Amino acid sequence: MKTSASSRHFADHAGSVAPVLSLIDITKKFPGVVALNKVSFDVRPGEVHALLGENGAGKSTLMKVLAGKHQPNGGKIILEGEEKSFENPKQAKKSGIVLIHQEQSLVPEMSVAENIYLGSLPLKWGNRVDWKKLHADSTEILQRLKCSFTSRDMVSHLSIAKKQMVEIARALVFTPKVVVFDEPTASLTDHEKPVLYEIIKTLQEQGVGIVYISHRMDEIFHLSQRITVLRDGEYNGTVNTVETNEDEVTKLMIGRSLELDYASKPHDFKENMLELRHLTVDGVFEDVSFNVRKGEIVGMYGLVGAGRSEVAETVFGLRRPSAGEILLEGRAQTILSSHEAVEKGIALVPEDRKDQGLILGMNCRDNMTLSALGSVSSMGFMKTSAEKVVHDKYQSAMKIKTPSWRQKVGNLSGGNQQKIVIGKWLHTHPKLLILDEPTRGIDVGSKAEIHALIKELARSGYAVLVISSEMPEVLGVSNRIIAMYDGRITAEFDGDAVSEDELVQAITGQVTKAPRAAAVTTDDAAAP
Amino acid sequence: MVNNMIDVKGFLKGGGFIQPIWVFVIVITVFFSFMSDYFLSVGNLTNILVQTSTIGLIALGMTYVMINGNIDLSVGAILGLAASLSVGLQDYGLAVAVIAALASGLIIGAINGLIVWKTGVNAFIVTLGAMIGVRGLIFVYTEEQSFYATNFAFSDFGAATIGPFPLLAIIFLVCALVMHLVLKKTGHGRNTFAVGGNAEAALDAGIRIGRHMTINFIIVGFFAALAGVLLATQMGAATPNLGRDYELWTITAVVLGGTKLTGGYGSITGTLGGVLAIGILRNGMNMMQVPAFYVLVILGVILISVLIIDQKLNVHASKGVSI
Amino acid sequence: MATAEQGNNRLMFGGVSKSGLLSFLSAQGILIFFLLSMVVFSFFSEQFLSQSNIMTVVRQASIIGIIAVGVTVVIIGGNLDLSVGSMLSFATVLVVDLHDKVGPTTAIILMFALTLLVGAINGFLVGFMRLNSLIVTLAMLSAIQGGILIYSGGQNVDIANQDSTWFSVFGRGYVAGIAVPVVIFAVLAIIVQIVMSYTSYGRRIFAVGGNPVAAVYSGIRKNWCVFSTYLISAFCVACAALVLGSRVMGSQNNVGQGYELLVLAGIILGGTSLLGGAGSIWKTVIGVLILGFIQNGLLLMGYPYYTQWLVTWVIIILAVWLDLANKRKRLLTTHS
Repeated sequence: MKTSASSRHFADHAGSVAPVLSLIDITKKFPGVVALNKVSFDVRPGEVHALLGENGAGKSTLMKVLAGKHQPNGGKIILEGEEKSFENPKQAKKSGIVLIHQEQSLVPEMSVAENIYLGSLPLKWGNRVDWKKLHADSTEILQRLKCSFTSRDMVSHLSIAKKQMVEIARALVFTPKVVVFDEPTASLTDHEKPVLYEIIKTLQEQGVGIVYISHRMDEIFHLSQRITVLRDGEYNGTVNTVETNEDEVTKLMIGRSLELDYASKPHDFKENMLELRHLTVDGVFEDVSFNVRKGEIVGMYGLVGAGRSEVAETVFGLRRPSAGEILLEGRAQTILSSHEAVEKGIALVPEDRKDQGLILGMNCRDNMTLSALGSVSSMGFMKTSAEKVVHDKYQSAMKIKTPSWRQKVGNLSGGNQQKIVIGKWLHTHPKLLILDEPTRGIDVGSKAEIHALIKELARSGYAVLVISSEMPEVLGVSNRIIAMYDGRITAEFDGDAVSEDELVQAITGQVTKAPRAAAVTTDDAAAP
Repeated sequence: MVNNMIDVKGFLKGGGFIQPIWVFVIVITVFFSFMSDYFLSVGNLTNILVQTSTIGLIALGMTYVMINGNIDLSVGAILGLAASLSVGLQDYGLAVAVIAALASGLIIGAINGLIVWKTGVNAFIVTLGAMIGVRGLIFVYTEEQSFYATNFAFSDFGAATIGPFPLLAIIFLVCALVMHLVLKKTGHGRNTFAVGGNAEAALDAGIRIGRHMTINFIIVGFFAALAGVLLATQMGAATPNLGRDYELWTITAVVLGGTKLTGGYGSITGTLGGVLAIGILRNGMNMMQVPAFYVLVILGVILISVLIIDQKLNVHASKGVSI
Repeated sequence: MATAEQGNNRLMFGGVSKSGLLSFLSAQGILIFFLLSMVVFSFFSEQFLSQSNIMTVVRQASIIGIIAVGVTVVIIGGNLDLSVGSMLSFATVLVVDLHDKVGPTTAIILMFALTLLVGAINGFLVGFMRLNSLIVTLAMLSAIQGGILIYSGGQNVDIANQDSTWFSVFGRGYVAGIAVPVVIFAVLAIIVQIVMSYTSYGRRIFAVGGNPVAAVYSGIRKNWCVFSTYLISAFCVACAALVLGSRVMGSQNNVGQGYELLVLAGIILGGTSLLGGAGSIWKTVIGVLILGFIQNGLLLMGYPYYTQWLVTWVIIILAVWLDLANKRKRLLTTHS
């Protein structure tokens, strides 16, 4: 895919400092795929350079080449004027290039210090670990990062955010020249983000070049000096952050500008589909009450860990409520398993599509029919033709891009995988559709398609509950928004008449009591 | 509430306190000492140590392999091969026989390790193959014959004592101490944990996964061979079927000791407790004249109970949905 | 996003036509190995390919084969069953001992019931208690062995009037010229293969083995699925015990010792991955037959029986290695 020269944006290089790191014409081929085609990229000392692109655009591959995990088929890596080639991550690290992983790459049952110095423990004669030096050095690094835990703490006892800190601490073992952050805020709460920003600032002041990969525009515009965009494995331009705006960057990423469709929300609500009364799971969430009506989209907004997914899992029969009631169409229910939930017309598109949503080794068709095998079998025997009809129906309805139903879903892109999960659930003909982070890690194009689909479903009578930690998503699709904080519902808002500030306050614990008066209460079931 | 559970778990896991298997060891020790006056005598206790030393030695190595995230099913066969070699080669001199026997363990361990490392085939399959194949080697070598030791120094060694302590028990305890220190204090020990706990991260950090894995297979091979030689000294003989089912006993002991099959977690102290628990049960029940096969049932039940308790503690401590 | 798809397109449309034959060959590697080894053995021994010899081999392999059919289902479901050897001892001792006490029909019914009960215990512990199957079935291996010894008091059991009971038909009889053990093996293999490939139950087992979490999130009753695989495994063991008990007309307490390993060896050789979610009964049948023919071929060539163990060692590792290398190549091809 070629981009015309006119659409490229080049940042002004005149008068700038020499880059600490340059990647020149990097090409990386996997058998059958050109993942990177002559991509160039550089970072100057003390600069935050954001790397943007849709999923599959090649960001991660480029960074893996940089960090020595992949070896390029062509092109040069120049670090401080010297050409380098890294055979493994350790070499790259020794040269001062550190990749901070998106996934947790820590060893749980080891101390913080051992994790920081993983692979380079200080040793005395006889292969013995020099504990004194290890803890002294680790403590020094932790102090620099203002961490609240000690080097002797066990990593498995730390919170996700603290684990992220350990990962960052690990980057500081060797004096880094370039640090790559790959979606560092994905697992951080809003409280913890400023600490990360602070660390990035400190690194900048020390003259370290920062590569920052993120899907979140606000972060990128807050932090970066330059933005480089990749598309389909090709370089698609670099812009100075101050000279651009989100719209322009989005256009660079997807080749068109994206207009969030705030209109066209459904508005024809009928009777209650789901009602929760004081639902509690001990130690997880407490006193959760709300309702979802047929034809309505309710957004559940809150930070990761606020108990949102857990509420969904309880409704779906995966957790036992310790108190409270679940009512479906006005009747109290005990849902003891996911199987019962499906039989009662509940569908849950789970948060983690790779671990919870799909059997990656199975093909598209088999995944699509998995939740409603009864509908494509008779007397227990599969009717393969009926299965194929189901697959083709949802493939065309949802524009799923797959070469054939035989394709293993593990080989599809995130967006298409998510559509298969949604298709799987639509085929069960549910009455209540719960979507947990339906567009996490999905490219902008598929995101818009999924949002449109959600609204379409509600209009056709589904009761929809959308769980999300992305404000534009919640605002864009919901009729009503329920805010959760620390296992409790803190507020309930009208989806069209709520300010962003109110929402943020509600999910960060600044509102302690639920202002039920402001909300659409459960008694208003029959809306106009 | 959740915090309480973690504390209980931490306590049971032995966060500075005592490992659950040792609680069990103490309980059954007290129980049997009430049932039999002879049970707590020095003679009997050292007897238990000698009896457990065979499985105990293998379990020391197995702990490393399992913490590393692997498993070795071939230890029983290695034990049998080493026992046969140490007796069968005595015509060439005792030293030659013993060295050859120990070397056979090292070599088969190395073969296992290298295959797992270089081919990436699951250790379960590789060592299952070796378990069958090495047993074949024993039969090829012995032609299905049992060997009897002609050299008295050999069989005397099995019964030797230092002061009141049997030599075999001392060897076992010294080995356990060394293995404990190596696991806790050395780079190899720590990296073994790292590889088992998160192989991907260990690889990225530049830890040579394959090397550590192979070393651990060599270690367990060596200990299996050592156990074989020592068992042969006790019996003054070696049979071609010696060591059958020992892999099962060993894995049982290690799992009882709290080492996780998934890797990344475990200890030599726990394994020692597991080995002793089995030894004490066998000895104590024998003393109460319970037929030996009841021990099999009881061990099975205990093993499953340990799994259930461990799982209950873990499920309560984590907030996740248990699937 | 697009790169991955394009890559797959290329793979789908370019790869197949170019190396169709090659990929077919490498996918059928174990079958080719099987045929090759048959040819080699037939050079060394004229008897080897004779009809009677082939029937003998298949008959001898049928006990392991019958058990392997069941264990394959357990493995596809993502678990292991190491207790089948002990269960075989248990079931054989039971049916032989009860034969003279309560008559063959009742003995068989009781044996099936009790073996299924043991399978249900396995299934309950792994399926519903969600314990690690390796350790559970290891513990069961030892517990069942102890149970047999308690039951029999360590005595071997046998059937008094071996010639006058119809019970002998399972191990010694023939149907249309084919030995009954072979018939049982074939019928079980065909039925289970059909169940796994063409029914919704089979699809669920594959899903549970492929990704248990996703299976639960898809509304599949995972616990029941796992539980049921152990019942199938126990049923197969009971069938094998019928054949074994009837053939020998007696039983030692540890007659099944080590069968779990031979069964696993056959399954692994056939190419079913121990990770779950993949595999087939056909592969297992071929794997078991390979083991049988190697054993037989080596014996005919004059080697003692234990040389087959050495050969098994080598081919297990080679087979799995080749299979893995093959998969890795495919994995690389689809990497984005």
